[in-house]
Amino acid sequence: MTATFEKFHADARKVIADPRYQFAIEDATHTKNVKRTAAAAAYPPYEPLRDHLKAVRSSILSQLGVHLETFEKNAQNAGATVHWAENGEAACQIIADICERHGATRVVKGKSMASEEVHLNHYLEKEGISPVETDLGEWIIQQAGDPPAHIIAPAIHLTRYEIAKIFERVTGEDVDPENVEGMTAMARGILRDKFLSAEVGITGGNVAIAESGSIVLVMNEGNGRMTTSLPPVLIMLIGIEKVVPNWNDASAVLSLLARAATGQALSQYTTIVTGPAREDESEGPKEVHYVLLDNGRSKLIGTKYEEILRCIRCGTCLNVCPVYRKIGGSVYNTPVSGPIGSVFTPLIAGLNEYVALPHASTLCGECLKYCPVRIDFPRMFLDLRSDEVEQKVLPWRDRVIERFAARVMSTGWLYHLLFGIGRIFQVPFIKDRQFHLPKWINPAKERRLPAFGKRSFHQVWAKGEIKDDRS
Amino acid sequence: MSDSNKVALSVTCIVDQLFPEIGVATVELLRMAGYSVEFPEKQTCCGQPFSNSGFMPEAVKMAKQNIELFEPYDYVVLPNGSCTAMMRVEYLHYLEKEPQWHTRAEALSKKTYELSEFLVRVADWKPAASANAPSVTFHASCHTKRLLGMHETPRALLAAAGCKIIEMEDPDRCCGFGGVFCVRMADISNAMTRTKLDLALKTGADRMVTVDPGCMMQMQGLLKEKSTTFRIQHLANFLLEVSK
Repeated sequence: MTATFEKFHADARKVIADPRYQFAIEDATHTKNVKRTAAAAAYPPYEPLRDHLKAVRSSILSQLGVHLETFEKNAQNAGATVHWAENGEAACQIIADICERHGATRVVKGKSMASEEVHLNHYLEKEGISPVETDLGEWIIQQAGDPPAHIIAPAIHLTRYEIAKIFERVTGEDVDPENVEGMTAMARGILRDKFLSAEVGITGGNVAIAESGSIVLVMNEGNGRMTTSLPPVLIMLIGIEKVVPNWNDASAVLSLLARAATGQALSQYTTIVTGPAREDESEGPKEVHYVLLDNGRSKLIGTKYEEILRCIRCGTCLNVCPVYRKIGGSVYNTPVSGPIGSVFTPLIAGLNEYVALPHASTLCGECLKYCPVRIDFPRMFLDLRSDEVEQKVLPWRDRVIERFAARVMSTGWLYHLLFGIGRIFQVPFIKDRQFHLPKWINPAKERRLPAFGKRSFHQVWAKGEIKDDRS
Repeated sequence: MSDSNKVALSVTCIVDQLFPEIGVATVELLRMAGYSVEFPEKQTCCGQPFSNSGFMPEAVKMAKQNIELFEPYDYVVLPNGSCTAMMRVEYLHYLEKEPQWHTRAEALSKKTYELSEFLVRVADWKPAASANAPSVTFHASCHTKRLLGMHETPRALLAAAGCKIIEMEDPDRCCGFGGVFCVRMADISNAMTRTKLDLALKTGADRMVTVDPGCMMQMQGLLKEKSTTFRIQHLANFLLEVSK
């Protein structure tokens, strides 16, 4: 997967030209923003908690190794097996091995951005294991073959009409798009059988608590709880940055996470897993594996990009981003999209491969304004762009043009000379003080660029033509 | 803060080359407010197009040129919120590792003002109320609002001029400009601008006013020709027109 400029532009053009997609994304993000604003307003500690959580998450990152070791020890004490995955391939291998050891081919999955990050489904399918997504949105996009379009709401780009068509294709029955509850019930029926027959359940995790060796899972559908309790073997895949030392800190994360993500005080299901079922417990998995995923995270510690690891994956930066609100998640071509994906993905998957993403922002600052842990995304876009220039990742044409432009703009005589020439040669192309160029030659496409003024302000000033009433 | 009545105009390259009339209006307003205006003629660009594209050494060079150029003056006023943010906020970041330059950047930061901010907070000036001022909707540009934390002063001047201000939905939603973004990602940029224009037109206001020439240029470029009497103006020209 890549996001070069050519691919990014081509994909963006497609979704911009699709009014249905535009409506879906604008409407869904608008609703999320309204809900988050209301939830924050109804909860006075929201703003102070943002500063608190920012400080907590920062201090955790400076001691990450210590907290992870404590987590490992307490998880093992609780009976869980802890695996360390250095990269995505290793994580997939570990999970596939566990499945194979149990002879498992039927696997149910809860929503997990980490599993999307490492392309787990693709890997398991190659190994002959068929993972079934059980989160409704994830299940829909799995049927459609789409990548998740949003961290929280993976099928945000689909309307009920398209979803009804997907249901018709999967079930072979007629589906009424107006009957949303009917469609949900249909999916529930299909998924219930999968749960009952699954040999392994796989989920992600929102917080790992070092002091008890627990992983907290925040979900709005019952699928998470069924995935963690019905199959005899449970595998939880979680990024190493998600660890917190204690339950107090976990509670700070949870207080902001649901409010920021969906405008809820608490999600419908907050599931806590602390190892397998005890001997006196009749329900729950017999075997629990925690897979701790590094995949490039630890190398960010101590760099100017460390704060990106404060992220709690709430999706707020997507909902408020005016660029995301035009192109949705698919154009980023990475499971974590929007501002967080535009920083995180190039850092862990390569700046060369994702060269366009740090440029997918006007630096408007909405993401920083609303991020619950106050990640300074605009600063990191600038740093990544600067890295692209230094490492010659930005295409050479751009580098030549912009370096030349910088020379012109910082050298008085060149500046006046070249704009003066532009002023003369623009004449045939100008109407009403705007350039009228064919779209193929206009760098701004259908937008008309402004003409140079007949004279520059420098020239007007030098002639002393601005009347001074006081002199 | 000084009690000097002299200001240096940093007209900004976009105004200098594309919209000199904004510079002229700025000078006239500053004079109406009782200030004498100086124009250091060696000025070119604040460097923002280059820092925003990742060309840091080039941008730092321009930052230093401007710090030196404006050092002798008590106030620096810009008819451009985004360039004000560059000089006031961003220079400090870019010169973090050069203590001497950082100190000089701090001095510049403290005396740098966006035009409306200077007129309201320093000059304590407001335009005379006009009985037939057009209705306006105000585009609260990103850098003015979020980097400068400033959105009241332009509205205060519009209200003083007797304008009915009709707020659009999400007045601080990005117009799609974003500097080089507007050509590097032209399709997305234009889609954002269309949304912004829809929100502005929905208010039914006669004009949209902004303190950012970049946003003005961006939105004017997609405003349908002739089909509408709606106009997008810089605050300086608008105030001058209304007060005449």
